[in-house]
Amino acid sequence: MDILGYDFMIRAMIAAVFTGLAAPVVGTYLVQRRLALMGDGIGHVAVTGVALGLLTNTSPTWTAVVVAILGAVLIEVIREKGHANGDVALALLFYGGIAGGVMITGLAGQSAARLQEFLFGSITTISPQDVWVTMALSAIVILLGVGLAPQLFAVAQDQEFARVAGLNIRVYNVLVAVLAAVTVTVAMRTVGLLLVSALMIVPVATAQQLTRSFRATLLAAMCLGVGASFGGLMVSAVAFDVAPGPTIVLLALACFVLTWPVGMWLRRRRRQRQPFDELAPLAHDAIDEHPHEHGENCGHTAVPHGDHVDYVHDGHRHAPHGVHYDEH
Amino acid sequence: MLTDPTDRDRTVLEIEDGSVAISGRPILRHIDVRIERGEFVALMGANGSGKSTLVRAMTGLLRIGGGSVTLFGAQLSDFHDWHRIGFVPQRATAASGIPVSVWEVVASGRLTRRRLLRPLLRKDRQAIKDALDVVGLRDRSHDGINTLSGGQQQRVLIARALAGEPELFFLDEPTAGVDLPNQQALALALETLKSRGATVVLVAHELGPMTPLVDRAIVMRDGRIAYDGPPLADHEVHGPLFGAGHSHHHVVPVVDDHTPQLGLNRHREHH
Repeated sequence: MDILGYDFMIRAMIAAVFTGLAAPVVGTYLVQRRLALMGDGIGHVAVTGVALGLLTNTSPTWTAVVVAILGAVLIEVIREKGHANGDVALALLFYGGIAGGVMITGLAGQSAARLQEFLFGSITTISPQDVWVTMALSAIVILLGVGLAPQLFAVAQDQEFARVAGLNIRVYNVLVAVLAAVTVTVAMRTVGLLLVSALMIVPVATAQQLTRSFRATLLAAMCLGVGASFGGLMVSAVAFDVAPGPTIVLLALACFVLTWPVGMWLRRRRRQRQPFDELAPLAHDAIDEHPHEHGENCGHTAVPHGDHVDYVHDGHRHAPHGVHYDEH
Repeated sequence: MLTDPTDRDRTVLEIEDGSVAISGRPILRHIDVRIERGEFVALMGANGSGKSTLVRAMTGLLRIGGGSVTLFGAQLSDFHDWHRIGFVPQRATAASGIPVSVWEVVASGRLTRRRLLRPLLRKDRQAIKDALDVVGLRDRSHDGINTLSGGQQQRVLIARALAGEPELFFLDEPTAGVDLPNQQALALALETLKSRGATVVLVAHELGPMTPLVDRAIVMRDGRIAYDGPPLADHEVHGPLFGAGHSHHHVVPVVDDHTPQLGLNRHREHH
């Protein structure tokens, strides 16, 4: 594995670890707000930012950060207004972003291949200066996203409650939008603008198959994000002709596909064991013969029902009553 | 309770000639309310009568168009002691897009007393545990919120408001769509609050098991206060005087005498 000794590979590994950690932090808040596609939207708008950088011969990273933040704040304003066709307004913004980006790239006399570096990522061509920028911006996202977790959680969970608790919800909403924009531009070197949202959302979707709390979801998503981005980079380093960006995303998706059946099973089991309403049965409905004796570990689902337990099998709910069973 | 309360000190909330307009349309008009420390006030009325709007104006969620709202002696715009307020918004569920545990939801109610970037202190944890005890869900604190029934989720939301140890509670229809055992559990929790000396403003369509707790009823009708006085039974609130065509009752011709308080007894025998 002498490829690991190359400088460009070390830079790529550092960038992969930092973006893999930072992207799911923002993704968790986006999923909590049911805004999973917002990262995609910002990614589209950022294309224009990259193109402006190419046109003006400045760093595409910085122009992309500026344009993405403007786009994210605009999306947040449209969302806050809550217009009936707010989602149409967002769609217009996305299409404008990507079309403008492609057009400006052409005007700048740059080839489509140059733009493609940003659309699909080119982590192995990342410069030392870009690595520092990636590390710094990722660290800011992680510190704010984890440090302000109680506030960001409360605002995303219940805006009205957060307001009456004295939180300035507009500040926190804009903060999440800005963090999302920064994450998009940081991750565009790793997985590319078109796949950025996947690195933010897929680890969260995977984590929540197995978790029961916000905290566990956030931490598990960060671990899965690092695992996918670092693992994807390694796979593409070993296998020829495999681009790192798509490999990272496909690895993250593979994790989701593996955990999804487990999550289905857990949810189904949880639903089955949910207590029945504490209403008294309509009548005393005794069962004449019941060859099976229910009890702990009898194999049938035991569901709490008021002060006793009902056993569920074949569409029946049986509760022990003295020597016989009642149908509840 | 206070030993020598002057009149000012006792008032926790006051609205003077308050009005609220939404998109230019007047919703609440001529609202005059004063709520005193330790009172348990039921804010009642038919759907669309403005009771939720009034609570939203009291908590600052809606900007008041005219008049003034005073909380603990401070104008609402200058009010910053949000830890003195506990709010239970009208919500069908406490769930969101991410798995959330009962503990986490209740802990978010502690934010009014926490500083930025500080971990939960021992007294914070104690307050969260106490709040879960009051609503009887301590044993469920590590369960996911979506494994709880709707009524249990309402109790979690009350515990969240409790965790900040507030003095004044606003509850917006916590019993809507909640089964009877959970309504009783809610009533028990509110009884504990009341015995601790908290002031409670409860928006409710029907009081059910909470009836014995209520000290005072305010009935809204068409954006104005139609009644303010001793508690009323549910059927009186939804009777012909205040109800806007409430369908559970026979239509009784209303005598337009402009004095609903005096008219009550006369109409009671029609039911």
